[in-house]
Amino acid sequence: MASDTNIHRWKIEKGRSGDVIFKGITVLFAFFILLILLLMVVEMALESLPAIRKFGGSFISGRDWDAVQGSFGALPYIWGSVVSSMLALLLATPLSIGAAVFITEIVPKRVGGVIIALVELLAAIPSVIYGLWGVLIMAPWLQRSVEPFLIKYGGFLPFFQGAPYGVSMLAAVFILMIMIVPIITSITKEVLLTVPASQKEAAYALGATRWEMIRIAVLPYGKSGIMGAVILGLGRAIGETMAVTMVIGNTPQISLSLLAPAYTMPSVIANEFAEASSKIHTAALMEIGLILLVVTLIINILARLLLWSVSRQKGRPVP
Amino acid sequence: MIPLTWRKVKNGGMTLLMALFTLTVLIPLVLIFIHIVRMGVSSLSLDFFTQIPKPTGEAGGGMANGMVGSALLIALASILGIPVGIFGAVYLAEYGGSRIATTIRFAADVLSGIPSIITGMVAYALLVVPLKGFSALAGAFALSLIMAPIVLRTTEEQLKLVPVSLREASLALGVPLWRTTLKVTLRSAMKGVMTGILLAVARIAGETAPLLFTALGNQFWGKKLTEPIAAMPLQIFSFAISPYEDWHRLAWAGALVLVAVMFTLSLTARYFGRSKQSGL
Amino acid sequence: MEIKVHIDNLNVHFGQTHAVKHVAMAFPTNSVTAIIGPSGCGKSTVLRAINRMHDLTPGARVAGSITLDGADIYGRGVDPVAVRRQIGMVFQKPNPFPAMSIYDNVVAGYKLNGRFNRGEADEIVESSLKRVALWDEVKDRLRANSMELSGGQQQRLCIARTIAVKPEVILMDEPASALDPISTLKIEELIEELKEKYTIIIVTHNMQQAARVSDYTAFFYLGDLIECGDTRKIFTTPEKKQTEDYITGRFG
Repeated sequence: MASDTNIHRWKIEKGRSGDVIFKGITVLFAFFILLILLLMVVEMALESLPAIRKFGGSFISGRDWDAVQGSFGALPYIWGSVVSSMLALLLATPLSIGAAVFITEIVPKRVGGVIIALVELLAAIPSVIYGLWGVLIMAPWLQRSVEPFLIKYGGFLPFFQGAPYGVSMLAAVFILMIMIVPIITSITKEVLLTVPASQKEAAYALGATRWEMIRIAVLPYGKSGIMGAVILGLGRAIGETMAVTMVIGNTPQISLSLLAPAYTMPSVIANEFAEASSKIHTAALMEIGLILLVVTLIINILARLLLWSVSRQKGRPVP
Repeated sequence: MIPLTWRKVKNGGMTLLMALFTLTVLIPLVLIFIHIVRMGVSSLSLDFFTQIPKPTGEAGGGMANGMVGSALLIALASILGIPVGIFGAVYLAEYGGSRIATTIRFAADVLSGIPSIITGMVAYALLVVPLKGFSALAGAFALSLIMAPIVLRTTEEQLKLVPVSLREASLALGVPLWRTTLKVTLRSAMKGVMTGILLAVARIAGETAPLLFTALGNQFWGKKLTEPIAAMPLQIFSFAISPYEDWHRLAWAGALVLVAVMFTLSLTARYFGRSKQSGL
Repeated sequence: MEIKVHIDNLNVHFGQTHAVKHVAMAFPTNSVTAIIGPSGCGKSTVLRAINRMHDLTPGARVAGSITLDGADIYGRGVDPVAVRRQIGMVFQKPNPFPAMSIYDNVVAGYKLNGRFNRGEADEIVESSLKRVALWDEVKDRLRANSMELSGGQQQRLCIARTIAVKPEVILMDEPASALDPISTLKIEELIEELKEKYTIIIVTHNMQQAARVSDYTAFFYLGDLIECGDTRKIFTTPEKKQTEDYITGRFG
């Protein structure tokens, strides 16, 4: 606990000038972090003000984004972000939890260590490289093989209609799924490791098979931590910029079809910000950034609170 | 009464399913690495490391300006990022009352979860607008905002691992607290702190979004810190989305180099951290 | 006198350590046998061998035979899962499932067998909780979380959970050592009643408890079974000097 190392509380060396200056420096730098966080929120709010004042609620409900005309409706981007993230989460969650269970409960420790190291390698790959692979390898593959298949057999459904472009909502969902699995997996693994052996023994002693033991003793115990991991994954998905920008097609439209190109909030900022044509354009992009910031802040705080409660209960720190 | 055999089948089935899931998780890793190596190796040459990109359509060229630019940005970012991280961590570990410490720690965690593009937007508002132009400084600032919370958290963990008795021994000799912290506590934690710094560097080396409208990128060599500068991730991005085969090849080569550098940094970091920590 | 569980030439190794050496003993049906001895003498190891818990420990090797009603539980083709349904275990520290209610805890084992009949489950909950003298205390709050109970109540809940799957044998690993004296007394009274229907084997470091509660006692020392027999005899006229030294408190 912090108090163990908190020598200053013992009131030694009070008033020495060297100590005062040093402490002052550390305080400065520590509070800088807090300052930055606050500054971010304030700056984003300030810069978006012109757009907020001009468009109000229609910013969120409007579908028309036209820099030339000066009308800015962000709904297509909000739609794109929400749909791509939620679908990616839906696919990633079972994969991640399954992999984490496999690592902690099924394979021997050594093997589990290797697998988790590989997963962490995946987590370290920069977004732009995922995007590179996505746009030059995965999207063309989708266009060639997967999308025609979906159109042929699923084309009666609104989700698989339209021409196969490769770059599409589908590509974005896939790349996001690949990118958030490592985070959810590694945190879930940490959570599962906090399950006490006595819980598992209780289940085995009742005559449970290994899967039954996992089902009744391990997973329920880790419920809130797993939830935290999943929410953290959602936060990551919503904020993902480069990889998504490179494979989603960057077309502001709202469509039920996964094959249609789409656009997300971070992507439009990435594409338009550097060359924003007018003050109101910049302010509109800033407002999108503000929405993004607020949403990811809420998600992150929620996730951290869940994970922090797991740490406290079990006495083992969870990242 | 469900017979035991059915339950055993279910057990086996679920085990198989989870193995399948794990495989699915790992397959992209294999694919991506195979592609980066296969496509990137063919474009590696002396030219790649010494030349700047050729104009559109022309063969050849390299990413020399991007490599130098990235190195410069990282160095500049570290000037702000490392001290904030280290001294902030010293405050949390050695001085902070628990309420304040918890708040700042929480803030650091939340900060690391913010999409990096927003960091870029804030850096834009703070440095690009007043200075009336995109610059390497703005890019470095954006990167430092990402670096600081990472260095802070890892350094704090390391400082907490240093036994109290070490500090006590120094204080008992009459060494002032500030000197104790610097020369004894920090020095003792140095290995782990270096690990944290290397990992933070590896992380920002690959960041693209915050640079999009701060450092902006440059086709040539930047001359001043107050001008736009090239960076590897930015180049990889623009080459990848361009329609030119040559540029695609450069992008793969750039990806290979970037991944190799990050990998080396991470390995070095873990090698440093190994003797200090157990059971990570 | 019918023998429920028979152990013959049991040897347990953990890696290089020979923890239990050439143990042979018999547990009569519907009796209580106490296994006593100083720390590290192997008593828990012997207990855990009986319900094949060592299968879950990497590096553990169990050799010898242990039979239940004549059938070797370590025989070829025998599934440990099936063994554990017939030989239940209560642990030292109460371990109810914290994510489940009192009701769900009791039926946790019963549910594993699949066909969940609400009527049958209700019956099982009531009868199991009554047997452990917990019913009156919790009948109005069966849906409450199991962690709301006191330590003694949680342990009785765990015993209810164990008997809900209708085992033949109940193993108890120091079941009262984490409890206060009053709860301990209640558990001991419970053991006296349970032996009517079940065969009970209890490991305890508390000699007085062993003397109070058991019909037969086995004394272990450093992995060896030193002496085994009628409880009254072991505690008044033990045959081996080691036994006598331990009983009279000269060591351990």
